[in-house]
Amino acid sequence: MKPIVVGVGMTKVGEHWDESLKSLAVEASLEAIDSSGLTPEVIVFSNMMSGRLQVQDHLGTLLADELGLRGLPAVRVEAACASGGVAFHVAYNMIKSGIYKVALVVGAEKMSDTSTEQTTTALMTAEDREYTGFYGASFVSLNALAHRLYMEKFNVSEEEMASLAVLSHENGVNNPFAMYRRKISTKEVLESPYVADPIHLLEAAPISDGAAAVVLASEEVAKTKSSVVSVEASTVATDAIRYYEREDLLTFESAKKAFMNAVSASKIEKDQIDILELHDAFTIVGYLTLESAGIAERGKAAKLVASNKFTLSDKPAVNTMGGLKSRGHPIGATGLYQISELYLQLTNNAGKNQVDNAKIGVAFNVGGVGTTTSVSVLKRR
Amino acid sequence: MSESVPRYWREIKIRERLIGSKCEDCGRITFPPRKVCPYCRSRKLTEVELPKKGKLLSYSVVRKPPAEFEKYAPYVIGIITLENGVNVISQLTDIDLKDVKIGMELEGVLRKYREEGEEGLIHYGIKFRPRIK
Amino acid sequence: MKPLREVGILGFGGYVPMYRIKDEEIANVWNAQTSGLPVIEKAVPSQDEDVFTMSYEAAKNAIARAKISPNLIRAVFVGTESKPYAVKPTGSMLVTSLGLDNRSLAAEYEFACKAGTEAFQSAIALVGSGMLEYSMAIGADIAQGRPGDELEFTSGAGAAAFIFSKKSKETVAFLEYSVSYVSDTPDFWRRQGQKYPQHAGRFTGEPAYFNHIISSVKTLFEETGLKPSDFSYAVFHQPNTKFPLRVGEILGFPPEKIKPGLLSPVVGNAYAGIVPLGLSATLEVAKPNERILVASFGSGAGSDAFSFVTQEALEEKKNLAPLVSDYIKRKKYVSYVTYALYKGKIPR
Repeated sequence: MKPIVVGVGMTKVGEHWDESLKSLAVEASLEAIDSSGLTPEVIVFSNMMSGRLQVQDHLGTLLADELGLRGLPAVRVEAACASGGVAFHVAYNMIKSGIYKVALVVGAEKMSDTSTEQTTTALMTAEDREYTGFYGASFVSLNALAHRLYMEKFNVSEEEMASLAVLSHENGVNNPFAMYRRKISTKEVLESPYVADPIHLLEAAPISDGAAAVVLASEEVAKTKSSVVSVEASTVATDAIRYYEREDLLTFESAKKAFMNAVSASKIEKDQIDILELHDAFTIVGYLTLESAGIAERGKAAKLVASNKFTLSDKPAVNTMGGLKSRGHPIGATGLYQISELYLQLTNNAGKNQVDNAKIGVAFNVGGVGTTTSVSVLKRR
Repeated sequence: MSESVPRYWREIKIRERLIGSKCEDCGRITFPPRKVCPYCRSRKLTEVELPKKGKLLSYSVVRKPPAEFEKYAPYVIGIITLENGVNVISQLTDIDLKDVKIGMELEGVLRKYREEGEEGLIHYGIKFRPRIK
Repeated sequence: MKPLREVGILGFGGYVPMYRIKDEEIANVWNAQTSGLPVIEKAVPSQDEDVFTMSYEAAKNAIARAKISPNLIRAVFVGTESKPYAVKPTGSMLVTSLGLDNRSLAAEYEFACKAGTEAFQSAIALVGSGMLEYSMAIGADIAQGRPGDELEFTSGAGAAAFIFSKKSKETVAFLEYSVSYVSDTPDFWRRQGQKYPQHAGRFTGEPAYFNHIISSVKTLFEETGLKPSDFSYAVFHQPNTKFPLRVGEILGFPPEKIKPGLLSPVVGNAYAGIVPLGLSATLEVAKPNERILVASFGSGAGSDAFSFVTQEALEEKKNLAPLVSDYIKRKKYVSYVTYALYKGKIPR
């Protein structure tokens, strides 16, 4: 039995000074619930940093209460930036098991509530505190280690490294929910200041606020609905929590494993994928994901994107609604934004960026430096 | 008021002397120390002090630091491969950014990482600098 | 003073930070004259260095030369006036960072610039009395000088560590005799809670520096019958270039005996660290069977005088660790602004 995506809801991504974590989560949840026409039996809440940024936990229960659904079972899932995909994985299994028939999975993050420095500290909780955080590394700087190594080893230029950011922004222009809806040029990216050399400001996804929600239902319940998007696979894999301990610093084993398992579970072929949502928190993450999944040859992903592969008219089209760089990256919500965007594409509701005949969409949601990867395969039936 | 004193104190020996774990079964060494070998899942692990000389594998510069390091940026973070093949992550010191090169030979020295303000504890750990001889 | 059993230096090692600032650079900031400056240049510690980190490196070098397992050392005394914590001994931190045995003594000594040799006396006494087999004494300081004050031209940084054991074939030098001479002489002091010291100008000369060193050294000559010609080297406290050469002249030591241990012209006055560093540098060029006079001076005031005689083991142990001259050669100049930032004169 394949769980079915019956409804989605998203808030705009941005700096929402007048919204709280709670209000964002409620907005997205109600939209998903209303568009699905179903009442959830269980809530799975994805969020990474509420304990530090809002001094608030117990989020699943909190949301159930806010939605007028006191009494519902509720759980919070955290896996750094992969929280959304992993939460989706939990809900997927809840439905697949037959124990629940309707699940609401919602991801939300409110990053603008604290200073940039405080948020930077909170983001570092994705990696080992005592043996990486202690040394003053920022999460960007860890990815920058990979970025530099990749450039050195595969002879990739700064311009080529910037290409995924340019592509994401190109697509984000037409996404009404995106935080940054303007094109950027390679020159602009390279002239933007370093956040952590060699990663430029415009190669890094912004600190942002937002929430996205998905209602999953069993095939049985979904029969009465008009939705036609099934979840063919949802997999999760992990790797060493300290990036420096990886056997190969330029392969995301977790992405490789999760994708392999997703491919065998869903029985799709790589070349059948119409849309790929890549986790471009930093462009290097996008490239290493493509290569680790075997979609691009090792060392070639950046060069491929730079030579105009993966645009909307290509197959697969990548980051069709702006990816993390342009749509934004409210950490706990990102994985669910990816699912929601795939849903819009597969139901012909993607507007100007609609990929013709999109049938199969795959989302990679990555936490840490390729530490946890969730892969979701969605299909239009 | 200090940040977590016990949390800092527990790791002093490991951080200052670079103590890792050696697996009695497969022989592989990991840092920091642990209870289960990630390569062969053996529970037979012993403490071993790591060499302090190594080579720079990759580096980046932190310009937007976490809150507790606000007064110290920018600084260089690097992955160093020690003489015995084990990787560690650390800051570089006694070097200008323009002189940092992947592959350069470094040695570990004890330095201050930060102070918890004027009143709190001082954090020390190993940083890596160009070799003196 | 002479211990009950003979004590030797089993290992020794120094450390000098990498950065330097020229006295000329400092003079230009304050529109002071660039002739007659007290030293050429001085060592500037990086923002991530302090007395603990410098002591650690000096100690590591001493342990390398001592060729013993660190856990045999059962006392570590640090002489300093700039310890990182007013209350919490650097010695205890060294026990953990160096892997020494927890069943040890650890304490700090304060006696201005003679705190390092003060630590020597106690470390020697523990071994000499038979209470311990191995002890370590360290002199380390990051000297502070108020911006624009005379002291700013000479306040340097550095450390040196000495490991003592009973005299043996493995010791590089043994102690022949030592004297300590102390009186209440307020030439230089720092009140509790104050960041910078005060000094009494020309009063720091004759009644303080010269009187105490001359007294301790003359006492040593009287009680041992030794005279200047018996010594190959003399390491004097060196707050500037002139004083040690002048006191040497008064006592009968020519400049060539003093120069190998005279580091403050290029390192600055590293307060409690400078005489131990001077002794390390001297040992690094000395040959076996040579006699070295060491006479420190600490404001407040006092002087410790020692007579050491080098042994055969010195030759092969010299190169087991970086030399003081290696550290002195390793240098990078900084501007006054960077210097002020590193020494915390510009609050962030």
